[in-house]
Amino acid sequence: MARTRDTARLSWWIVSSAVVLVVSCIVALMIGPAGPQWWRIPLELLDRLPFVSIDSGISQRDWTIVWQIRAPRVVLAAIVGGTLSLSGASYQGVFRNPLVDPYLLGVAAGAGLGATLVFALGGARPADWLIDPLPLVAFGSGMVAVFVTYMVGTSFGRTRSNISLVLAGVAVTSLATAIQTFVLQRNNDVVRQVYAWILGRLSSATWGDVRLVIPYVVVSTVALLMHRRLLDVLRVGDDEAVALGTNIRRVRFIVVAAATLGTAAVVAVSGLIGFVGIIVPHAVRLVVGASYRKVLPLSLLLGGAFLVLADIPSRVLSDPAETPIGVVTAFFGAPFFLLLLRTRESAS
Amino acid sequence: MTVLGFCDLSVTYAGHVAVRSFNDILHSGEWMCVIGPNGAGKSSVLRAAAGLIPYGGSVAVDQKEIPATSARWRAQHVAFVPQNPLIPLDMTVEDYVLLGRNPYISYFGVETASDRAIAGDVLESLDLAGFERRNLATLSGGEIQRLVIARALAQQAPVLLLDEPTSALDIGHQQHALELVDKLRRERGLTVVSAMHDLTLAGMYADRLVLMHEGLVVAQGSPEDVLRPENLAKYYGVNARVHREPDGTIVVIPNRGRSN
Repeated sequence: MARTRDTARLSWWIVSSAVVLVVSCIVALMIGPAGPQWWRIPLELLDRLPFVSIDSGISQRDWTIVWQIRAPRVVLAAIVGGTLSLSGASYQGVFRNPLVDPYLLGVAAGAGLGATLVFALGGARPADWLIDPLPLVAFGSGMVAVFVTYMVGTSFGRTRSNISLVLAGVAVTSLATAIQTFVLQRNNDVVRQVYAWILGRLSSATWGDVRLVIPYVVVSTVALLMHRRLLDVLRVGDDEAVALGTNIRRVRFIVVAAATLGTAAVVAVSGLIGFVGIIVPHAVRLVVGASYRKVLPLSLLLGGAFLVLADIPSRVLSDPAETPIGVVTAFFGAPFFLLLLRTRESAS
Repeated sequence: MTVLGFCDLSVTYAGHVAVRSFNDILHSGEWMCVIGPNGAGKSSVLRAAAGLIPYGGSVAVDQKEIPATSARWRAQHVAFVPQNPLIPLDMTVEDYVLLGRNPYISYFGVETASDRAIAGDVLESLDLAGFERRNLATLSGGEIQRLVIARALAQQAPVLLLDEPTSALDIGHQQHALELVDKLRRERGLTVVSAMHDLTLAGMYADRLVLMHEGLVVAQGSPEDVLRPENLAKYYGVNARVHREPDGTIVVIPNRGRSN
């Protein structure tokens, strides 16, 4: 009885969150410095649905602005936000630590180092290249960093403890950051570019970026969502999870690998957008409780919505020079989180 | 039928020997209680049988050596109630008991209606019916302890390992929980190994007591044989009286004043 009510409530939450995400995307599509009047855009979208025909009065040129400039950016924001939130929630589950973010094992530092090297070694003019090396190198170096962390962290006897893994992550992060700083010292001219990359940006998003990340993100998302029940089993601690029949090493490895894959992919195209991976899962937990069966799917949907909405002020504020999205997520996210924390405290 | 066998078991933690040459054989429906002062190695014996720590010698469940089995197989055959369970305070009672069904659920599967029915029955048998929707944070220490036992019973394993299962329970719930375990072992042939500090309770429920001291078995046999004032003085350092009630129950009462 109780369980059917639970399932119904979860479905309700998922549908509502999906609606929030879709509405956020439509609102984001409607806002921008150039292009058609905002109210025409939903009409045009409706017109493009099968069996619907509405004259929105948008010119082909205006629609190109919406579809080629705004739309990829909105879609990419949804993908990046959803992936970072889902990966963050999964990392938090595997490490049983609510303060962990998806960059814990060094994916961000590795990607940052890769990006710095690309800028420093003449990638400053990526137009010269056949393909843009930046996302590929950032993705590869992020994955390599986590791979090194995992190899080092699990090679120290105490395989059931994940503390050595976290410490290895700290060490790899420090090392990568040190090398990055060294390279920057030698190449002062690229500091600005690297800094802009580190703060994260969605401004140059194209459909190509979306196509680039989609395969990795889909694999990562499916794998993580399938582990939602097992992440609940891990909540009783490693020992008890083993005593309850869980192959904890396998679960941890697959979840870390999947979360890292998704994170590295989105970091490669968007830079280091902080805060999303911690704050969204937390907000979800405060509202619906800590079960990963709810936290994972809702983090995915609401994380996407959050970043789509956070990208709007980043486009509009101080136009035409954009505010980095990482600044916006922190600026709006932190007070919102505190407010949520406060209302929940007084409610309970 | 032999269900659980220990042969020359030894457990070492970073050079410190916690258990040495522990031997025992348990049959279906037997209840053995490991007693001994703090640090005697009781928990290590249980944890070795649960497959949670590396050990020397041999521990076999259903003739299968523990390290050769998968975690899932072990959890279907051995249920473990730890001394200090990690309690996720924001989990519901129902979800917590359902964790006991984990060994029967496939990797990507979810609980079935029969898993939920088993969880409901177990909760009812431990006086926890009606608690399903509550968060663990709202439970008392005794309720939590019964809930951990409930989770272990939901595993429906033929071997039940209880590490100090009733230390936080009042006398009524203590009796209730131990009676339930006793009933299950009589009805379903459950094999029980418990580590307990309450010697009177240990003697009341177990067929056999094993007294450990500094990793070694120093006495074993019926409660009457093991719970002798001289054993208690020697290994617990306690000056105690041992009464035998008319019904055969052995009662241990510490005397006031310094021991020995």
